[in-house]
Amino acid sequence: MAWTWFHRLASPPHVYALASRLTPWFAWAAAALIVAGLYGGLVLAPPDYQQGDDFRIIYVHAPSAWMSLMVYVTMAVAAAVGLIWRMKVAHAAAASCAAIGASFTIAALATGSLWGRKMWGTYWEWDPRLVSELILLFLFLGYMALRSAIDDLQRADRASALLAVVGVVNVPIIHYSVLWWNSLHQAPSVMKLGKPEMPAAMLVPLLIMLAAFTLLFVYLLLVRLRGEILRRERTASWIREALADE
Amino acid sequence: MSEFLYMGGYAAFVWPSYALTLVIVVLNVIWARRSLARARADARRRLLRGGATP
Repeated sequence: MAWTWFHRLASPPHVYALASRLTPWFAWAAAALIVAGLYGGLVLAPPDYQQGDDFRIIYVHAPSAWMSLMVYVTMAVAAAVGLIWRMKVAHAAAASCAAIGASFTIAALATGSLWGRKMWGTYWEWDPRLVSELILLFLFLGYMALRSAIDDLQRADRASALLAVVGVVNVPIIHYSVLWWNSLHQAPSVMKLGKPEMPAAMLVPLLIMLAAFTLLFVYLLLVRLRGEILRRERTASWIREALADE
Repeated sequence: MSEFLYMGGYAAFVWPSYALTLVIVVLNVIWARRSLARARADARRRLLRGGATP
């Protein structure tokens, strides 16, 4: 009984229909929160007492970096579920993640670089946080290259899933890099125990942007997942009905 | 307004950060929708060609 939801998530027609129904909600919620977060971050938040208005980069940098990690963990968990239970939908979900993750890792690196130029005096430094985030980009790109190098979809699913699962060791390294090593990068100011080190006028827009990017990821994942399911269900009769409905 | 755009002298770093992130968000939406549209078109073509129901 408790496991019925899990079995239903293994059913491609069920997941396809569920994703179709959910996408507009996530799209509009993400769009509304992005507008609110941008207004809060650019207009309502006061300038930082040390960094002036340069600190406003945080409202695009932190959500992008959060997105890159969230996408990777989602991809690795889906890949592991696909490997362990041979679940086609899970492989489809993992395959949907890679391009999203790679692009937001680039956003995190590039906005961090622009932020670092004035605050650290350099666009790039071979720093533990920066290097581990760069490795995350290579993991996403390697995953995509591996998939496109294997023609057989099932073999591509299994091989790339293995890569995704092994690469997950990089995620705690990224998160703790600023604590384990001497890093130029600041330590976490939101994702830590106890009170965040930021006044509410600065913190609230950041939390809104983090929530917005989380919803954006779910939206992007659901749209791509539907495509991946269609690609895997080559001859299923439900596809005829599903496509006729749209 | 011009003071807002000036960003306390950090305009050259703040605005490119926001522009780049926005471009990546928009591109992701376009790519995801295009990927689904292509999969749908392929599935339709397969159905027409084979009448491929098991």
